[in-house]
Amino acid sequence: MTRNLTLGAALSSLVLLAALISFVWTPYDHTSLDIPNKLQSPNGQHWFGTDHFGRDMLSMIMVGARTSIAVALVAVGIGMALGVPLGLTAAARKGSWLDEMIMRGNDLVFAFPSLVIAILITAVFGAGAINAIIAIGIFNIPVFARITRGAALSLWEREFILAARVSGKGAARISAEHILPNVANLLIVQGTIQFSLGILAEAGLSYVGLGAQPPTPSWGRMLADAQTMVSFAPHLALIPGLAIIVTVLGLNLLGDGLRDWLDPRIRVARV
Amino acid sequence: MTQHLFRPFVTAVVFGASMLASQAAAKSDITIAMQLEPPHLDPTSAAAQAIDSVVYANIFEGLTRFMGDGSVVPGLAESWEISDDGTVYTFKLRDGVTFHDGTSMDAEDVKFSLDRALAEDSANAQKALFAGIESVEVVDPLTVKVTLSAPNGNFLFNLAWGDAVIVAPESIENIKTNPVGTGAFTFADWVQGDSITLNRNPDYWGEQPALETATFKFISDPTAAFAAMMAEDVDVFDIYPAPENLPQFEADPRFQVLIGSTEGETILSTNNKQAPFDDILVRQALAHAIDRQAIIDGAMFGYGTPIGTHFAPHNPAYVDLTGGSAHDPEKAKALLAEAGYPDGFETTLHLPPPSYARRGGEIIAAQLADIGIKAEIINVEWAQWLESVFKGKDFGLTIVSHTEPMDIGIYARPDYYFQYESTDFQALMETLNATTDPEERARLLGEAQRLIANDYVNGYLFQLAKLGVARAGVQGLWENAPTAAIDLSAISWSE
Repeated sequence: MTRNLTLGAALSSLVLLAALISFVWTPYDHTSLDIPNKLQSPNGQHWFGTDHFGRDMLSMIMVGARTSIAVALVAVGIGMALGVPLGLTAAARKGSWLDEMIMRGNDLVFAFPSLVIAILITAVFGAGAINAIIAIGIFNIPVFARITRGAALSLWEREFILAARVSGKGAARISAEHILPNVANLLIVQGTIQFSLGILAEAGLSYVGLGAQPPTPSWGRMLADAQTMVSFAPHLALIPGLAIIVTVLGLNLLGDGLRDWLDPRIRVARV
Repeated sequence: MTQHLFRPFVTAVVFGASMLASQAAAKSDITIAMQLEPPHLDPTSAAAQAIDSVVYANIFEGLTRFMGDGSVVPGLAESWEISDDGTVYTFKLRDGVTFHDGTSMDAEDVKFSLDRALAEDSANAQKALFAGIESVEVVDPLTVKVTLSAPNGNFLFNLAWGDAVIVAPESIENIKTNPVGTGAFTFADWVQGDSITLNRNPDYWGEQPALETATFKFISDPTAAFAAMMAEDVDVFDIYPAPENLPQFEADPRFQVLIGSTEGETILSTNNKQAPFDDILVRQALAHAIDRQAIIDGAMFGYGTPIGTHFAPHNPAYVDLTGGSAHDPEKAKALLAEAGYPDGFETTLHLPPPSYARRGGEIIAAQLADIGIKAEIINVEWAQWLESVFKGKDFGLTIVSHTEPMDIGIYARPDYYFQYESTDFQALMETLNATTDPEERARLLGEAQRLIANDYVNGYLFQLAKLGVARAGVQGLWENAPTAAIDLSAISWSE
């Protein structure tokens, strides 16, 4: 069980570390072109080779990690910041018109294929990292609202909540002081999963040219640029592809591991 | 048992024999891929090159026409006489030419076509071609007299453009969806978003073409283009979109690669009315910041010829002015400082879809960053580009290839999207238009090239190469592109 957690944490921190290091150091300047040395296979000087403009792929992957993480992180943040309060409110006012409105609104957003709507948003408001964040963020809202409401509903039936109500606390205060801490584990696990989906969504949007714009490196765009060159320079597609796989795999393992680790039932069994 | 083993062998032999039989007779159909689909099929009311690629010389013909080597030869006009003062052209039309709907092509149709292009409300994309025409008169059914307000040495060349083809008043209404012309091929079918099919015209006045049918297929994605070509789903890719794949086609005996030149001057178009580009020092700095060879190598994988002005290098009147805007970042920085921008400035770089623009744009943005200019890359689709850049003039910089032949005259139009206003240049163009002597014309063209190069109107990058890929047996394809056209009548399959 903890193997998932260790492996997931290791892979995720590797990517996070690469992104953090890129702020202070990269092997080469990720924007500087060196056209005479383009399309080099991985070698001693360029560990991940060079792209079609002679840019160092390792540097681009490192800075690209930054883009991916930033977009996914803020998008998950948006989803949590709006979705969790909505879910808590809906649970606290269970069955009221407010609950209905929030949950039906969620259903509406859920009903659309997320990537298609993200493409629509970026196509209307212009391509770019900020719009990609907003587009991905919007689709995280119902995910968090639902999971929060579901968990909160069962908590509202528990005796300690009844005790809190008897002692005169209002619904808002109970939600903040008693419900939220008890759903936090769940949110952390879901956040990790959403984070990996966010990375995939960002790569998808960049791939169709709607994510971060050049010269900001982005894994999805590196893949798109590589398309016509795969047959003679496979590393151009393999390296960003592997970067995405490692990150998403790492985050999913981490999410799985966290769920097992944080689950009270399994925790008890372990003790 | 032996029977069972034997049977597949027999089938294989029979099948093989039938394959050989079908190969012996040369193929008479062809599938030609193009990157862009035409918006409609009227070459006389839109600038879209894709229209001409399909219809020029195939469906529609003009009084004169371009050949693959760029020369202008008689088309529907058999011969002509030019008056001594150079203002009256008397065209003798070919006898017995009919439109695809069976109506005859005569002087009335020529007058109709030219008057239509000339008219106030004409939708013609190249009205300047006809601007000098004062009147068109029908002398007899096979003779047309065109009177010009002033001598125009380019007149026969102008009439060869796809925008000057002869159309019939009977079929003009539906020309956009059902083009009816005089050419060797008739319009058969258009599956929107996929393909256009043309059939051989059995009543054609000239020599019958070798092909019976031709299908134009639209494949915009470079990856799909590669796959379609490799799978031999298409026989010819007129202008192949991914230069990086050409070495693979060259190495494959199933294919031939045709590398020629186009009339496409690929330029870093600069909004001459927008600050700070209204300052010639800034434009000069741009010119020196650009490393042309890096762009050709990086964006076009080496295909392309550097240019220093808006003129095609294969034209005899071309003057090599690349030295005047050689790559020199230090000088560029000094010029920027002199202009009052020692720390550079911010601007926008609008990039349409072709790889010369998208890739070239990334390289140019990096080169501009070296001298302190921060160019924000904005990728746009063609429709958006036409709307905001070409019509709206809302841009700082953009990259585009001007593929019309001999189009230096656009610099005399102050309302053209890069908004260059120079009375010297306009006067020069007027003199040029009135000059018929070839040597004097060449001298004036040279002067015009120098003028715009010295004014650093735009960043002059390279002449776009025509990169064609075809299956090995296809013959008669144009190697160069003097105008956007795929001349089907010249194409055939070798045995």
